[in-house]
Amino acid sequence: MDLNTTFEADKDTVVMSSLLRLVKSTIGSKSLVGVTGLGLSLFVLSHMAGNLLILVDPKMYNLYGHALVTNPLIYLAEMGLIALFLAHVVKAVLLTFVNRQARPQKYAMASSGDKATSAVTKTMWAQGLIIFVFVILHLFTFKFGNYYEVIYDGEPVRDLHRLVVEVFAQPGYLVGYIIALLILGLHLSHGVGSAFQTLGFNHPKYTPMIKKISCLYAFIVAGGFIAQPLYVFFIYKG
Amino acid sequence: MGGTSEKTINLKLKIWKQNGPDDKGHFIEHEAKSVSTDMSFLEMMDVVNEDLVKAGKSPVEFDHDCREGICGACSMVINGNPHGPDTATTTCQLHMRRFQDGQTVVIEPFRARAFPVVRDLVVDRSAFDRIIQAGGFISVNTGNAQDANALPVPKVDADEAFASAACIGCGACVAVCKNASANLFVSAKITHLGLVPQGQAERDERARNMVQQMDQEGFGACTNTGACSAACPKEISLENIAQMNKDFLKASLKDRS
Repeated sequence: MDLNTTFEADKDTVVMSSLLRLVKSTIGSKSLVGVTGLGLSLFVLSHMAGNLLILVDPKMYNLYGHALVTNPLIYLAEMGLIALFLAHVVKAVLLTFVNRQARPQKYAMASSGDKATSAVTKTMWAQGLIIFVFVILHLFTFKFGNYYEVIYDGEPVRDLHRLVVEVFAQPGYLVGYIIALLILGLHLSHGVGSAFQTLGFNHPKYTPMIKKISCLYAFIVAGGFIAQPLYVFFIYKG
Repeated sequence: MGGTSEKTINLKLKIWKQNGPDDKGHFIEHEAKSVSTDMSFLEMMDVVNEDLVKAGKSPVEFDHDCREGICGACSMVINGNPHGPDTATTTCQLHMRRFQDGQTVVIEPFRARAFPVVRDLVVDRSAFDRIIQAGGFISVNTGNAQDANALPVPKVDADEAFASAACIGCGACVAVCKNASANLFVSAKITHLGLVPQGQAERDERARNMVQQMDQEGFGACTNTGACSAACPKEISLENIAQMNKDFLKASLKDRS
């Protein structure tokens, strides 16, 4: 064992400020992924709940969107969301590299039975990658997509409803959207509960419940989103 | 010996051979004939080695010591599972009756950057020692032992500390984790000492230093898969990792340096 190299490495890091050390540490990084993940989980829930108005009435749906984008706080909210999203992605990507490097040589056989790792937890990075690409495409399709207008009580309002109906009339887009949202559901089913563990909350009484709530949360968010294009494609008649 | 079943099985073994840390390594195939199902996995390996030596080949090196499941020396990944398929079991306590006649058994070393292979199935686990040196202890001045009742420890804390202290430091948690993370090991030590009064003085420093050393050794991060706890021969719970995270975050924010 080479003690000298260890002590020299220690000396280098002592001068680093404690906060920088925290952010660079694996546990600090993972906590950041957890906190930002919880923030993003709340966002997707509110996004899904607001958009459910599409099942009620096109006018209400459009006015809801209009109220959001005309609120001056929208820029603050958008900046916050971008910060959460980027911190979550960047830290998760960096950690994935650290984790990959920690085992340069793979096993000939994977663990099995009680000692196996579930496919959902094993592929969190891949789910994240797909969600990342989806979010960018999603912004281009809707936020920066075709701009239609409708007049309500003499006031021009963006007709997002028309765009949604138009986009989801294409079966390819419908299927792609459903797949992306199912993947988001998987990501949330592990992520939400996992964040509590990462942030130091584990209790024999509550943790099993948190895991169940995490799955329920994922089901509600993914199901709520998927219901919207399905409604538009199969039920909505203009 | 009473109670022997006198049953024997034949196995096809694929065993990892590696001449040293820099050797690429490869699998050798070996037919283990008439293996008594009453043997432990390590006894089976002893017989394999005797056969290899008789055939003029070099034996397979593997770590072992107490052979009663308490020292943490034995390792090996058997068909993808550290310490084999059974839970709460070390390789030395795994018995051949757990295997079927004619089964192929793949035997590999623990694989992690922080656990370099020394030879064959022997890996260098001194990274764990360096993590312990970084803070896995309590400092006490020697002198007369104080009255035991002067340091009250609630029963619940004593039990929890004991459960964490059961960690034998074998490294199966690292071996099974998809990230080769040492979180379960380090958290067991931090939690064990953090639950008793004697561990309080150095609690923050311990959490900071041990985590820092863990990161420097090149272990991966925890992604809460739970495989470590499932593979742990002492069934150390994931609660330890949550406790470590809490201690480390708190200690880092309190740090004045």
